[in-house]
Amino acid sequence: MSAEELISRLVTDLSDLGLVCRIDKGHAVAEVAPSRVANLASALKSQADFRFDMLMDLTAVDWLGKRSPRFDVVYHFYSTEHNHRLRVKAMVDEGAPVPTLTSLWPIADWFEREVWDLYGIRFSGHPNLKRILMYEEFKGHPLRKDYPYDGRQPLIEETWPVRRLQVKMKEGEVIHRP
Amino acid sequence: MPGMVATNAIDRALGWARKYSIFMYPFVTACCGMEYMSVASSHYDIDRFGAGLPRFSPRQADVLIVVGTVSQKIAPILRRIYDQMAEPKWVIAFGACASVGGPYDNYATLQGIDRIVPVDIYIPGCPPRPEMVLDGLMKLQQKIQEQKHPLVELSNVG
Repeated sequence: MSAEELISRLVTDLSDLGLVCRIDKGHAVAEVAPSRVANLASALKSQADFRFDMLMDLTAVDWLGKRSPRFDVVYHFYSTEHNHRLRVKAMVDEGAPVPTLTSLWPIADWFEREVWDLYGIRFSGHPNLKRILMYEEFKGHPLRKDYPYDGRQPLIEETWPVRRLQVKMKEGEVIHRP
Repeated sequence: MPGMVATNAIDRALGWARKYSIFMYPFVTACCGMEYMSVASSHYDIDRFGAGLPRFSPRQADVLIVVGTVSQKIAPILRRIYDQMAEPKWVIAFGACASVGGPYDNYATLQGIDRIVPVDIYIPGCPPRPEMVLDGLMKLQQKIQEQKHPLVELSNVG
């Protein structure tokens, strides 16, 4: 199925899910409310026309200060049977949970742990939602736009004399912290 | 001259013995590891310098060679390995990441291993060419030859 055909099939077959579909640079994109992600995902996996048997990627976007709700959770689905792809986006507010997809695609386990680790988006029903890349002692979620990009949290004391370099960009803003 | 120390015959003999029997502990974390393998392989042949035996136990190693990016997460492990090595010991920072953090000025990366362990030789480059690594190794051998090698650590004598 081409992207246009896939979009039209989605709109007709899954009209009860309130999808907002579009074509973005030749790719099929569907926007859905976070509460309906699980219903949409099970339909995408089980229905013969779609048969999305691979979850290629699951990530998030932080639109801090540009939009509300703040986050997009982005799913990339692929069907090895029909060779078509779909991008699904769900707008999520800070602190709002998203239903987990671990029962449908086991890889969602690690993807969702990564999104929790780096963005702080909770996935309700996840069997083991703990950090996967950062260490347990780490405070905060480093890929959020309000986390300083160089906000290092050392686990051990730095014993060597480190020159404290501070560069002032604007009044009161320090870009390089020791 | 600054940096020169007065050595006696025992220092010179022990220095000569130690500089030609370097047992390296390769702490390899990233892409620089390929470069280290090139240096160790036949074309560049680090064994010509007596440094061809990697020891994967800190108890048996003289030189800790840190090859690649060190993240904040693995920094305590690197520190523990350095602490477990027996004296005399030396450290080589292999490549830009191990030396200063390289291109990664971010929340995850330690900005140079000299923040947690003392470093003898820095090898710059991303990645360093094998010739640079051999040059760094020869610099370390020169340093080992010219330093003092006390038979008894006076600071440990009660």
